[in-house]
Amino acid sequence: MTVATPGSFEGPGLQPQGWLRYFSFSLDHKVIGLQYLVTGFLFYFLGGALAGVIRTELASPISDFVSRNTYNEVLTLHGTVMIFLWIVPVVNGAFGNYLIPFYVGARDMAFPRLNAVAFWLIPPAGLLLISSYFLAGGAAQSGWTAYPPLSLTTPALGQVIWILSVLLLGGSSIFGAINFIATILKLRRPGLKLMQLPMYCWAMLGTSILAVLSTPVLAGTLVLLSFDIIAHTGFFNPALGGNVVVYQHLFWFYSHPAVYIMVLPAFGLVSEILPVHARKPLFGYTTMVYSIMGIVVLGLIVWAHHMFTSGTPPWMRLFFTIATSFIAVPTGIKFFNWLATLWGGKLALNSAMLFSCAFIVNFVFGGITGVALAQVPFDIHVHDTYFVVGHFHYIVYGGTVFVIFASVYHWYPKFTGRMLNESLGRLHFLLTFIGFNLCFAPQHWLGLNGMPRRVAEYDPSFTTLNQVSSVGALLMALSTLPFLINVIMSAFNGKIAGDNPWKALTPEWLTSSPPPVENWTGPAPLVQHPYGYGEAVAALDLRSASGEQIWSGNQR
Amino acid sequence: MAIPSSLVTLLLGMALVLVGFWVGQNVNLLPLDASSNAPVYDDLFRVLFVIGTILFIGIVGLVLFSLVRFRRRDGDESDGLPIEGNLPLEIVWTAIPAIVVLFVGIYSYDIYERMGGMAPLNDHSAHMAHQAQAMAVQQASAGGQGDGDQPRVWGGIGPVDPGEAVLPVEVTAMQFAFLFHYPGSNIISGELHVPSDRPVELRMEAKDVIHAFWVPQFRLKQDVIPGQTTVLTFTPTRPGSYPIVCAELCGPYHGGMRSTVVVHEPDEFEAWVQRNAPAPPPPATVASAPTAPVA
Repeated sequence: MTVATPGSFEGPGLQPQGWLRYFSFSLDHKVIGLQYLVTGFLFYFLGGALAGVIRTELASPISDFVSRNTYNEVLTLHGTVMIFLWIVPVVNGAFGNYLIPFYVGARDMAFPRLNAVAFWLIPPAGLLLISSYFLAGGAAQSGWTAYPPLSLTTPALGQVIWILSVLLLGGSSIFGAINFIATILKLRRPGLKLMQLPMYCWAMLGTSILAVLSTPVLAGTLVLLSFDIIAHTGFFNPALGGNVVVYQHLFWFYSHPAVYIMVLPAFGLVSEILPVHARKPLFGYTTMVYSIMGIVVLGLIVWAHHMFTSGTPPWMRLFFTIATSFIAVPTGIKFFNWLATLWGGKLALNSAMLFSCAFIVNFVFGGITGVALAQVPFDIHVHDTYFVVGHFHYIVYGGTVFVIFASVYHWYPKFTGRMLNESLGRLHFLLTFIGFNLCFAPQHWLGLNGMPRRVAEYDPSFTTLNQVSSVGALLMALSTLPFLINVIMSAFNGKIAGDNPWKALTPEWLTSSPPPVENWTGPAPLVQHPYGYGEAVAALDLRSASGEQIWSGNQR
Repeated sequence: MAIPSSLVTLLLGMALVLVGFWVGQNVNLLPLDASSNAPVYDDLFRVLFVIGTILFIGIVGLVLFSLVRFRRRDGDESDGLPIEGNLPLEIVWTAIPAIVVLFVGIYSYDIYERMGGMAPLNDHSAHMAHQAQAMAVQQASAGGQGDGDQPRVWGGIGPVDPGEAVLPVEVTAMQFAFLFHYPGSNIISGELHVPSDRPVELRMEAKDVIHAFWVPQFRLKQDVIPGQTTVLTFTPTRPGSYPIVCAELCGPYHGGMRSTVVVHEPDEFEAWVQRNAPAPPPPATVASAPTAPVA
């Protein structure tokens, strides 16, 4: 194990400098972070275009826009691209790589080469996945869940390429996770204690533990599935004595934690953004840390709630109902803590704050439908319907993607040294928020009333709401325009940001914007109070004041 | 004199709860209820909706209030209060969700039990009463398995009261259709015909890939799995025709894989059996007579 020395970045080597380094095998964590971010956004636009195909098909109740096979390929690609090539790489890889070394006071990640390898697995895996669409037989058609026996009977080539691509992306995720764990635990600046780390470090530690524990299970499962396809083994093939429900257990053992791999980093990012723009310390740091770890533990033992209508015995349904419901407790703690962080602050109503608050609203809605879905009797009616589609998108889009946008508005000045345009940012927010709710809120009613998911045709009585949903999708597509214009134009003629435009206290702001290669020109700053905002009020002695006085900000 | 903030909070909380209950009483988002467990389900839905409404309005209200009340005025460069936490408060908002979740969990367990979800699926003594007859018919018609190697049931919702006169139906799902076989009368049909107010037990198996049997008006769904029998018991209550929807992605025509369940008045159902049974029609009451209590 070697920790890269400063000399390995610069010097007269073959590493390109300037803008070319963003296309190179760079070892700089900031370059890798931005590589993840931009690549992720490219795949986001692709996945969004695929979603556009789905919503166009569903604008009418008959299958008339694309062929039925193509429709299933499109929905499979949409899910796979959005999860494995957009959300997971961006909330983990992009912001994790950019921010974690700053937060622990390091000059780079623990394993810079592994870091670069982890990123460079993603473009080929993505291209492989997309290329399968153009091959004979087309892309995989069995959904992102690839349940056998359907995945064994659809065209084999597309399915095998899908497996290969997901394996590569899973490998990238494992490499990244190992790197984050090592960096957070081992590269902390001397004097910096664990309980002084910014909350995003804890979120990434929890996420990385989940990724390391659960991703290998998915990899093993997919290898067995590929044996079933290529070598006609019988692991999951009932015709050869296999068991299809075992696949579902193995698949969801990864894929439920995957939801936390997608939302825990978002929780961490929000915990960084809110205190800065509310000018208040993060409320309840210690309980936040414990609730992250609680979510990690519970997240590993709830997978079978995706299988309440599969062949699962009654006791199993009961256990997973209770375990799943209890995730609401640590999650609830986090949300109440964020609300308390806002309370009594001086809230700057900028794009980063608006997206963060919309995240709270959307995620609470998705969380409430989530607790409902955890109840077996409720789930038995709405499982595999548009209710689940609506719930899931409130979690990953209304939750994580809103946070990604908030984070771009928050850290863009650090990435580029220039501010984003606020008016365009608020327009982007407004269009996204309205479009998102218009698109996904009606889907809950559709699911309750009989529309299953993953269909190209549906009961004509559902036409109007599906068209409303499609209009919402169109608004979401349009909402990316002001965003794109903003990030591209501002890179060249945005207002100069200065080192610390938000007057933030976390270490990434205590250096120039953009930061130098080694993060700080001098020694790394020791930040023991990353959330030390707030002006001491002389009139209020915190030790003798009652909790209610503090809570209400009422000084009397 | 200003109204004490604790009083304002109390009043707001009471108003919120009232609004939640009012919304819960007036919400009507579900399709027609046509099985005995649908009204029970709708009660659960209403309870969840009340709790969800209270939480959602409360939290959105707090966010909106904060955004307006605590917004930074132009030229104000100061910070908020340096409050890092409040342990009693944090204990309260840990305990409240825990209690709510526990209550919801116990309540939904009760409902699940009433639906028959906790009935042991492989307990032979519980099943024998009506199984024996279904098996006897099977043996007679297909020379099939004996009692000893009765296929294991892997999942589903079992009968609430095994003593009742259950109508057994064997369901076969394939790309892209359902087939219904009535062991009692040996009818094979593409539509499911059932009498109202009598328990129906579906024994389901898929030919090719996983499908799912869903009747939104019954609030019931069960995957139909190749190689593993699953069971679904329900009691239709409201005569009429309702859609049967396949809810598990099963191939290109998944969206078109639909059928109909027709719930008849009991005598109408007997007539349907008489009309459709292949000659010679065995007495249709065989399957329903709760005779032969075994062991």
